[in-house]
Amino acid sequence: MAATKASKEQKYDRQLRLWGDHGQESLESAHVCLINATATGTEILKNLVLPGIGAFTIVDGHTVSGEDVGNNFFLSNNSIGKNRAQAATELLQELNSDVSGNFVEESPNKLLDNNPEFFNRFTIVIGVQLPESTCLRLDSVLWSASVPFLVCKSYGLIGYMRLVVQEHSVIESHPDNALEDLRLNQPFAELKNHIQSYDLDSMDKKDHSHTPWIIIVAKHLERWLSEHNLQPPKNYKEKEAFRQFIREGIRKKENGVPEDEENFEEAIKNVNTALNPTKIPSTVEDLFNSEECNDVTSQTPSFWVMLRAVKEFALNEGNGSLPVRGTIPDMIADSQKFINLQNVYREKAMQDAAAVSKHVECLLQSIGKYIANRRCRCLGKNSSFLRVVRCRSLAEEYSVDTVNKDEITSSMDNPDSEMVFYLMLRSVDRFYQQHSRYPGKAKVYTNVCAVPCKSTHPPKRFCRYGAAEPHTVAAFLGGSAAQEAIKIISHQFVPFNNTFIYNAMSQTSATLQL
Amino acid sequence: MNLLLCSLFREKKRRRVVELTEKMVVDGGSGRTCEWDGRWNHIKKFLERSGPFTHPDFEPSTESLQFMLETCKILVIGAGGLGCELLKDLALSGFRNIHVVDMDTIDVSNLNRQFLFRPTDVGRPKANVAADFVNNRIPGCCVVPHFKKIQDIDETFYRQFHIIVCGLDSIVARRWMNGMLLSLLVFEDGVLDPSSIIPLIDGGTEGFKGNARVILPGMTACIDCTLELYPPQINFPMCTIASMPRLPEHCIEYVRMLLWPKETPFGDGVVLDGDDPEHIQWVYQRSLERAADFNITGVTYRLTQGVVKRIIPAVASTNAVIAAACATEVFKIASSAYIPLNNYMVFNDVDGLYTYTFEAERKENCSACSQVPLDLHFSPSSKLQEMLDHLTESASLQMKSPALTATVEGKNKTLYLQSVASIEQRTRPNLSKTLKELGLSDGQELAVADATTPQTMLFRLCFTS
Repeated sequence: MAATKASKEQKYDRQLRLWGDHGQESLESAHVCLINATATGTEILKNLVLPGIGAFTIVDGHTVSGEDVGNNFFLSNNSIGKNRAQAATELLQELNSDVSGNFVEESPNKLLDNNPEFFNRFTIVIGVQLPESTCLRLDSVLWSASVPFLVCKSYGLIGYMRLVVQEHSVIESHPDNALEDLRLNQPFAELKNHIQSYDLDSMDKKDHSHTPWIIIVAKHLERWLSEHNLQPPKNYKEKEAFRQFIREGIRKKENGVPEDEENFEEAIKNVNTALNPTKIPSTVEDLFNSEECNDVTSQTPSFWVMLRAVKEFALNEGNGSLPVRGTIPDMIADSQKFINLQNVYREKAMQDAAAVSKHVECLLQSIGKYIANRRCRCLGKNSSFLRVVRCRSLAEEYSVDTVNKDEITSSMDNPDSEMVFYLMLRSVDRFYQQHSRYPGKAKVYTNVCAVPCKSTHPPKRFCRYGAAEPHTVAAFLGGSAAQEAIKIISHQFVPFNNTFIYNAMSQTSATLQL
Repeated sequence: MNLLLCSLFREKKRRRVVELTEKMVVDGGSGRTCEWDGRWNHIKKFLERSGPFTHPDFEPSTESLQFMLETCKILVIGAGGLGCELLKDLALSGFRNIHVVDMDTIDVSNLNRQFLFRPTDVGRPKANVAADFVNNRIPGCCVVPHFKKIQDIDETFYRQFHIIVCGLDSIVARRWMNGMLLSLLVFEDGVLDPSSIIPLIDGGTEGFKGNARVILPGMTACIDCTLELYPPQINFPMCTIASMPRLPEHCIEYVRMLLWPKETPFGDGVVLDGDDPEHIQWVYQRSLERAADFNITGVTYRLTQGVVKRIIPAVASTNAVIAAACATEVFKIASSAYIPLNNYMVFNDVDGLYTYTFEAERKENCSACSQVPLDLHFSPSSKLQEMLDHLTESASLQMKSPALTATVEGKNKTLYLQSVASIEQRTRPNLSKTLKELGLSDGQELAVADATTPQTMLFRLCFTS
């Protein structure tokens, strides 16, 4: 057992550095359902099997054709005539012995007829190359069961993905360029005391040039505030003056030439971001104001209870601010000064997290609920980055009453917009519904455009595609969809909302909210 | 301009088809079924039908498929995260004559994404295992492996390919490949002969980010034209490492760079091997001690390994996306079915999915692809060290360890060379000599060799007052 764990750590090392051991655990507990083992489907599954999801089940009633084998890495020509779910499961299973592969030789429509609750057991259902009617049936069932549904389609050189999930919460969104949480505009008591312990003027040369820039900015800000009626530098002119003020703090040699004090240069460079006011981001404010946060009962999902606790913290101990994040960037300083400063932030973060935890406790007691793994430190650290993604159901997208007309018509103003491909895909689906085949497949070009189009190019091009599924488009979608599925499973990183279109001709893409 | 480029390539393809048809070997298939009904249906639709967005030169026919199946030769550089995906994508797009070059052997940490490899393959050469797997899985496909460094193969090898796709993990190697293809260009009376252009498709990934680009050497922006797009590698200042650590990474670098050479824990001259768990364990333990001395927390085994090996996190999904985009471009160019990417796409799926496509521009005085001679401006009293620093530190040159030679008094003189210890020792004193002392004169040519380019680069020395 120990050997397996160690070898798994080695095998998954490169991805553990992205989503951590806890992220990996959630993957290994997941059971993914793939409907239709076409090239797009098997490519998606490949990118889930390799990182080690717990299990997968392929649902597919088709038999393998020669055409299928031609574009699919996980079908071989000696499986022609066999059930496609079974054939693909064999070669996908072979990729990773940690994963448990299953198959059901049945069409999804049949399953929905005979066993509608079949799909409720899955962590996520991925439907590939499905006709509109089947998608809508699945949408209805999965929406009621709160099972996330990812619809994917490769059609010629166009890739399409649609995520359907009622409510998906993310604590660890791992933003790319997050601003630091330094609290310089409203230093908490411990930070104030720490800043006060420094006397820049009386320091010796070495200490002076190895003082963290955070302290330097804080000290200069104190003086500035006292000289400017407690108003911090606001516009460009004032910030420039503030930078100059800091520059004047650089010690000078006997001949008047300024010393080489890199820490002061760092302070000057960071003035802009250091002066950012501490405030609750609007995304988080919106979450605080939502019904789920304010109407907490024993049925409320854990995320909202935790969020409510953070709100309570902000209203009380936080004095209008979120818990302190607790991290500072590296900066020029001697080890001791840096570590001491870092510890001030760290300890405050721990304190704040403990306060949040107390609020969680109170809430849980008042509603009679239990949450196992609270991870309040993680919550506190990520409080500025909390996200909730809500995707509309397919029913809402397709219904004449609730179709998102605005998004569609405004996109059509731009001739290069990918929206036109969305309309083409919908049209092609309609064609299929009426004729039980896709246009152009029998080498017949007809006008399928049900929506007024500014040019005739898109319909003609689509007919040319003849519902082809070239492998490279399937592979692109395979990578894209798999990562979105991983985001749903792990609740890390933010999923798209809610339609993604990839154009392999121009190598461009767009995300639409429909 | 795109249309011009495509028609030039089309012209080259016609000439090459004629050349290669004479040398064509018909694959008998050794008894296995290479074709079956409907096999290429998904691709035929793009090659046998026309549409409004196809390339103006495109002639729908069954010849395109024939060309791709039988004649077209593709070279894949790298059989790792991107390489495995590329081989699969190309094989399933109708390409059968594929060569792959990779100098590495398989490691267990590759298995989360390099899907042509299995636990029993650990230790074997990537190129060989990858080729075997694809050839077995895709009947009729003939992937030829080369377990070598790209630098150990000469131009006659590279010249035979129609398109080259790179899935490399090093900028130095990319620049070398870029330089190689530039060196194959033929100019007649100052005009570029299009049949000497070999398109280079380059892909790169890092975590959830990646990019794919199309390079037509001599015509579009090359790797060196956009050198500034690549972020410089993070190297901590020595004084931080030696006396003022603040982060756990500083502690690890201290052990790697200072303690290991001093204590030679596994014997004299034994170099730190990031793949040896015993070595990493030693570094880890000593890093913990170093960190404890400074009250620094956060040193873990995983971090230690990451810092020592400069590990870049990686997942299957990003590699799948970028390789697919690259393979689509290979297909477009080989079939002339669609206008290729012009010329750079970036991808990021940390927050939703984001792509951005733009045309990278050629740099007027690019050190690799511009025909403009490169000038070096130095005062005759500058030391040679200053020139060396410029070559390594300048954002547009970023050389690794340049070797400088010049003709002085009619004789070829090595001014400085780092890669051979004896020569390095002999020429080291030159670094502190002035250019004048070394006998260099205004306007003279300096030859510079470096890992970043297969051909020696010529610079012109211009004395400033």
